[in-house]
Amino acid sequence: MKFLKAPLLAIIALAALGLIFNFGLNAYFQLILLFAAVNCLMSMSLNLVNGYTGQFSLGHAGFMALGAYFSAYANTHWDLLPESVQAVEYFIYALGGGLLAAFAGLLVGLPSLRLKGDYLAIVTLGFGEIIRVALLNMDFLGGPRGYSGIPGFGSFLFSFIFASVWLVICFFTIWRVMHSTYGRGFLSVREDEIAAEAMGINTTSMKVRAFVLSSFFAGVAGSLFAHFTNFINPSSFTFLQSVNAVIMVVLGGMGSMTGSIVAAIFITVLPEALRPLQDLTGVDLRMVIYSLSLILVMILRPQGLFGDLELSDMWRKYVRRSS
Amino acid sequence: MQDFIQHIINGVSLGSIYALIALGYTMVYGILKMINFAHSDVYMVGAFAAYYFARFLGIENNPGIATLITLLVVAMVCCSLLGLAIERLAYRPLRKAPKLNILITAIGVSLFLEYSGQVVFGADPKVFPEVMKDFVLFKIGDVELKSFDITVLLVSVIAMLALEFLIFKTKIGRAMRAVSSNASVASLLGVNPDRIIAFTFIVGSSLAGVGSVLVGMKYPKIDPLMGMMIGLKAFVAAVLGGIGNVGGAVLGALIMGLSEEMVVAYLSSTYRDAFAFGILIIILIFRPAGLLGKYSVEKV
Amino acid sequence: MKRLLLALVLVLPLLSGCTKKENEIVIGEYDSLTGSDATFGLSTNKGVRMAMDEINATGGIKGKKVSIITLDDQGKNEEAAAATTRLITQNQVVAIIGGVASGRSKAAAPIAQSHKVPFVSPASTNPDVTKIGDYVFRVCFIDPFQGLVMAKFATENLKLKKAAILRDVKNDYSVGLADVFAAEFQKRGGEIVADLSYQAGDIDFKAQLTQIRSKNPDGIYIPGYYTEVGLIAQQTRQLGIKVPLMGGDGWDSDKLSEIGKEAVNGNYYSNHYTTESSDPAVTEFIKKFKAKYNETPDSMAALGYDATKILLAALERAPDLSGKAIRDELAKTKDFPGVTGKITLNENRDAVKSAVIIQVDGTKRKFITTITP
Repeated sequence: MKFLKAPLLAIIALAALGLIFNFGLNAYFQLILLFAAVNCLMSMSLNLVNGYTGQFSLGHAGFMALGAYFSAYANTHWDLLPESVQAVEYFIYALGGGLLAAFAGLLVGLPSLRLKGDYLAIVTLGFGEIIRVALLNMDFLGGPRGYSGIPGFGSFLFSFIFASVWLVICFFTIWRVMHSTYGRGFLSVREDEIAAEAMGINTTSMKVRAFVLSSFFAGVAGSLFAHFTNFINPSSFTFLQSVNAVIMVVLGGMGSMTGSIVAAIFITVLPEALRPLQDLTGVDLRMVIYSLSLILVMILRPQGLFGDLELSDMWRKYVRRSS
Repeated sequence: MQDFIQHIINGVSLGSIYALIALGYTMVYGILKMINFAHSDVYMVGAFAAYYFARFLGIENNPGIATLITLLVVAMVCCSLLGLAIERLAYRPLRKAPKLNILITAIGVSLFLEYSGQVVFGADPKVFPEVMKDFVLFKIGDVELKSFDITVLLVSVIAMLALEFLIFKTKIGRAMRAVSSNASVASLLGVNPDRIIAFTFIVGSSLAGVGSVLVGMKYPKIDPLMGMMIGLKAFVAAVLGGIGNVGGAVLGALIMGLSEEMVVAYLSSTYRDAFAFGILIIILIFRPAGLLGKYSVEKV
Repeated sequence: MKRLLLALVLVLPLLSGCTKKENEIVIGEYDSLTGSDATFGLSTNKGVRMAMDEINATGGIKGKKVSIITLDDQGKNEEAAAATTRLITQNQVVAIIGGVASGRSKAAAPIAQSHKVPFVSPASTNPDVTKIGDYVFRVCFIDPFQGLVMAKFATENLKLKKAAILRDVKNDYSVGLADVFAAEFQKRGGEIVADLSYQAGDIDFKAQLTQIRSKNPDGIYIPGYYTEVGLIAQQTRQLGIKVPLMGGDGWDSDKLSEIGKEAVNGNYYSNHYTTESSDPAVTEFIKKFKAKYNETPDSMAALGYDATKILLAALERAPDLSGKAIRDELAKTKDFPGVTGKITLNENRDAVKSAVIIQVDGTKRKFITTITP
């Protein structure tokens, strides 16, 4: 049970943090925090494919949509458990949404991961769009009207704890995988596919595994998103949402877990932080500033904020330098 | 039967519009191996440049060849200047950076143009000046062939042939191919890659300028997000034909236009985009480098 | 260190703006000022601002100035939710004027409801929006009514037997209208010969129209926005289809004729009001709007104006500025002389008013008939 120690500690720490936020922040900051949690899940999971395995997926929003719609449908139609243990039920449905997304990831990944680079990007983009168009045309899921009345948690504290549990699961799963034989396999695919193949690694199988795991957490992120907004429609899962996820990964640094988290929080907070600017200028310049800063970061710091280092590595480096 | 012929005409005319944009994507990809996401927004800026210039000269309701040529020149010049600026300011500093970074930068430039377009031009749609009068070339039963359809097709085929000539028959074309296959070796042989890449951007962007005027003439509604959808489709078309290949871009675009048309006609209009992407995926699975693209085996 | 500074700079604005001024009543508004729906959001915003300026010119409410804070939602649901939360908790607005799209209202209104802040939507026509709770109101009619009106007009006045539908599948408004139109048209003995779709942002509709042409309908119902309808009308005529086209209030804009030119002439759409009306509320509104913005108001601007006016009237009547008091006064709105007709909010907090059928004639909008619910 030793391996559970760190995750459990992390959950307790996050829950304590949630308790502080619950009283210390107003609803606006709380909502932003919850969106940041969803984005963290998205960027961490995409990091597995784009960052660690070096493949290029542009269809993450599609998997998120699958998870979101599954949860929305399950929560409004099925009643597995009594009211008192509803959180468990939400958890099961989030798991279900993730599994559905993972299955879709398998279907998409098997044929398309033989492709390389930009071609893979386009195929994943295509799958993302296909999922969105299909959702637009499914009347039992609301079509363009979307799906409203998805039950939420009622209070920020529960939402935050629920999100924390998933964040911790996601973080430690990916962390452990990356420090296992599989993880080395993923990295070898990124560094040099031909060399990896020569070393006896089945590169396509490695890529598919990374892709499926990544889709799973995207589905979970979608499920959380559905609970937090209580309303979803296909326009929440466009191509731009996928691009947003890629931006978070690259901004944080390819192959840095903590980098992804920091970048996801940054990307969620930045547009909100720029809101007061609108009072001064009269027009909404947020996206103009956002895109400009994106270009500048890419030019001035091409390896992203953290490169492939983790926060702990940065800290160690900082301590060493200052002593 | 009549409907079928009409669908073919519609599909080809839609496809030739995709082709004009797809050529720009393919040019830049061929030499830099990067998806220039901002291309479709350069196209948007070209349309607005033509719109404002026509209003400035007061020729927005004055259709004729002179108007067409003026606007084409204006759009081409504006687009190539913009393309050049983007290349110089955003892409050149990243020449050595990983591909994903360049792609994110391209997306950044694209978002920047779209949103500053909404601030500068306004988000409401504008009406493109009437450039030429459309007329019926011939008519059999209900089937009509319009002058615009033929014009757009002819322009894209001419552009394709001109590009083929440029790339394979001229000195600068040889330099472009050299930079494409290996930039550092090319520079050892006296080719200045930066200059060649800048030239490619000028050519690609001025094609976007041509496209913007022709599309504006056919569909007289322009807005700052007009490039998004058409850009995506054109790009998919370029990949379908084998990105980096000039002939492939036109072929892919025609297939894309025709398949969209036929899906609406005989299958389902609601699933049109899904089918278009489905076709792309199937083709890429069986021909991973696109229809005309050469699949090179990677060697160590 | 530099990064720490940067982070501070970015977080500081978040913390600001919590202060509340004493002699000012603050109303919140969120709208799509950027993004693909921006043109409608900006229009609504113009109407809202005009109503605000008018009330302040006449001395405000209860001797206090009324100010408005407009936030952008970029056309995204989650942004609308964040903007609404910000307005309520940071700016402590007394009421919220929502945006155009029903989807965004469905994401934002539950937040207003749970904070007990009145929420007035100018143009969210989906029936479910006001079912969210008793603090959610709207001043427009709902999808079923507009579809019904057109179906009635098509069968009774135009005497159509076969109709085709071309709907914007991305847009819940369009899908809602099309569904109701189809059901009602069939109920009245008509036949729907084709039901095709496009997506907002498309520019080529010939595939769908060629398909419709082969079915020979007597009329085509296109409940989309003018941004696409102008092009659709043009391509319809280019393909030699001469039957009348019909639509909803999404058509109402001067841009429709500018884009569609002569192709849109002679076609019909349902709307909230007619510019030919001699009602002083309407003529006054159009005159002032033209003077202020130098353009003819479209239906979104008129609805934004009415929503604000109704909200302001309720604020004036309310004994205090609590959410409950404003809500109760809003619910009592009866026969309010708005630009878009006499507005009464019923027990479902929906506006009950009649619709008019308009025929496009160049830049003129000819009034044809009024259809009451």
